[in-house]
Amino acid sequence: MTALSHLDALESEAIHILRETVAEVRNPAVLFSGGKDSIVLLRLAEKAFRPDRFPFPLLHIDTEHNFKEVIDFRDARAAELGETLIVRSVGDSIRSGRVHLRTPDESRNVHQSVTLLDAVQELGLDALFGGARRDEEKARAKERVISHRNAFGQWDPRNQRPELWSLYNARVAPGEHLRVFPISNWTELDVWQYIRREDLAVPSIYFAHKREVVERRGLLVPVTPLTPPRAGEKIRNLNVRFRTVGDITCTCPVASDAATVDQIIAETAVSTLTERGATRLDDQTSEASMELRKKEGYF
Amino acid sequence: MTATLARLPAADTLRVATSGSVDDGKSTLIGRLLFDSKSLLADQLATVQRDTARRGASGVDLALLTDGLTAEREQGITIDVAYRYFATARRRFILADTPGHEQYTRNMVTGASQADLAIILVDARSGILPQTKRHAALVALLRIPHVALAVNKMDLVDFDRGVFERVRDDFLALTASLGFEGVTSIPLSALEGDMVVDRGEHLGWYQGPTLLEFLESVTTERRVTGPWRFPVQLVSRSRYGARNESRGYLGRIENGAVEVGDEIRVWPSGVTARIAQIVTLDGSLDIAGAGRSVSLILDRQVDVARGDLLTHAKQAPVVTDRFAARLAWLSPTPLDTRRAYLVKHGTAVVKARIAGVDDRLDIQTLQPIAGPATLGANDIGRVRVETARALPLDRYAEVRATGSFLLIDEATNATVAAGLVEELAHG
Repeated sequence: MTALSHLDALESEAIHILRETVAEVRNPAVLFSGGKDSIVLLRLAEKAFRPDRFPFPLLHIDTEHNFKEVIDFRDARAAELGETLIVRSVGDSIRSGRVHLRTPDESRNVHQSVTLLDAVQELGLDALFGGARRDEEKARAKERVISHRNAFGQWDPRNQRPELWSLYNARVAPGEHLRVFPISNWTELDVWQYIRREDLAVPSIYFAHKREVVERRGLLVPVTPLTPPRAGEKIRNLNVRFRTVGDITCTCPVASDAATVDQIIAETAVSTLTERGATRLDDQTSEASMELRKKEGYF
Repeated sequence: MTATLARLPAADTLRVATSGSVDDGKSTLIGRLLFDSKSLLADQLATVQRDTARRGASGVDLALLTDGLTAEREQGITIDVAYRYFATARRRFILADTPGHEQYTRNMVTGASQADLAIILVDARSGILPQTKRHAALVALLRIPHVALAVNKMDLVDFDRGVFERVRDDFLALTASLGFEGVTSIPLSALEGDMVVDRGEHLGWYQGPTLLEFLESVTTERRVTGPWRFPVQLVSRSRYGARNESRGYLGRIENGAVEVGDEIRVWPSGVTARIAQIVTLDGSLDIAGAGRSVSLILDRQVDVARGDLLTHAKQAPVVTDRFAARLAWLSPTPLDTRRAYLVKHGTAVVKARIAGVDDRLDIQTLQPIAGPATLGANDIGRVRVETARALPLDRYAEVRATGSFLLIDEATNATVAAGLVEELAHG
């Protein structure tokens, strides 16, 4: 009997976590944005539960500032799987007065927490599966696989439950919920290698394409109606791809000619920048920006 | 392509946990390991340089790489486990950087419970501290297969061989009673980089491996040997192919291996059946080993539910509702023998009572003291457990997966203790 390959071991661990949570909670949902990590998560859900239907709906918290390619992909993938997709919109939270913007054009990324927690309450969810990975960011590196949230949806990093062996304590009191991260131990490279192995489709903007960008604070900012060039910035038409596909207002592409998954893997293996360091405006505002957002209920 | 190959993960993964007292330099050691093995990326390095400067220091404070929480950076201590991922040409590593502070022992246990190897870090100047002893006891309790004693801050004792040997001998004498199978002792300076990845220039008298060489070369324990153990997670409602009355039993093989045709037994009921199919989304398997998540289809209708354990018919566990276990108490609220708790064992959750506390480990001497009234935060002790229904158990020393359990407080849902089965009483 040979040991499992590292992708097999990661896959098997994730299946175990998905099944264990589903067995212990009443009403889970899986967060699906159309991004690569949540695409992998859905593949793992197939591995865990087929031929049954998924024992949870897919949930997307839409900032309405997402790339069209990603939203189209999201809808197509949900339809292809034959599973229920629930969308809750930050725009609706703004229109109903639950979210107040300081300026009309500020990033909606941080405001997803309000919409997300409202959805948790509305749908009576007690567990949310997410595609977050510990290698993404230093506050994520501190996250449990099954992470407890109090009745206000808050993470208390100083008081996390011990997580021993692969015995998970998925018990929650009414009003509380869990965030569950089956791919905690995966790296960006693992995700791309798995996408290749499983032959998974991803939104086209992950591959190199020509796009108008401006350079700002060392990052390439895409020129869109939401992110217009500022005075004095020179628009360039560059070959770029996205390493992460979040909210348009805070997600930046990288210069790249990688047009296939194999080329992305080769590029990822030699990259000198982390995924978030290369791509996210919002993580760079302070040492602790992710931690602060997570404490407020961010995923 | 050499660089690509170097960073493409090697086949096997070593899970490493660091432990040791506050200020022994664990975070710096991990930073050094990542830095010198070229596992740090440019933006991570730039961020640490910027954060170091913001604190009024110069250069690179490597500890800032892993202390990711605000409170940790404010206080310069590690509160919770940080997981780091890196790979060399020889191996992939998952590093759990765990806290040294006594208050956060539960987080150290979290990081250590899955480890193949523990690095126990000691400051060469101060030698063995109470928290070093506590961590050594926990590492021994969890039966982590490999231990590296890293005698750090050798730069502050002029790289003196005698200091290293004294710390090493003290550690070995103290821990002789804990039953470590082997300890590899390495003198090093995390701050200056000697013997972490590179040998450096100051420790010429030391002939053993550097820390990274040791991490790359130890053999990992595999759970493919020993009895087959399969806790049932879920029962699939769907029909599987032509045998359309069959249900699938979903779970992960926690130990050993199973083959189509094997005669198996369901616990605690004791009924038998044969394996008809081992199913995955990628097709059926003839044989499957430890670590693999599968669906099992049996050759006949038997009553199987979540919480049951499947084993080979001839490799029975002991099914009992009374047993002795070692507890690592992780909660600030002490054990209360008057209260009921929940035991989570495999996929089963049952009510339980702690009938009595036999002993508690004295952290100074690492010897058990008989007859304590209770166990408090960070205590390790032996207790007698009574469960509301019989559980299929193995001794932790023999099968980790079926010899371990969580103790959960039913009122708060908190995980209050890690349990390791020591002795099984029949009936």
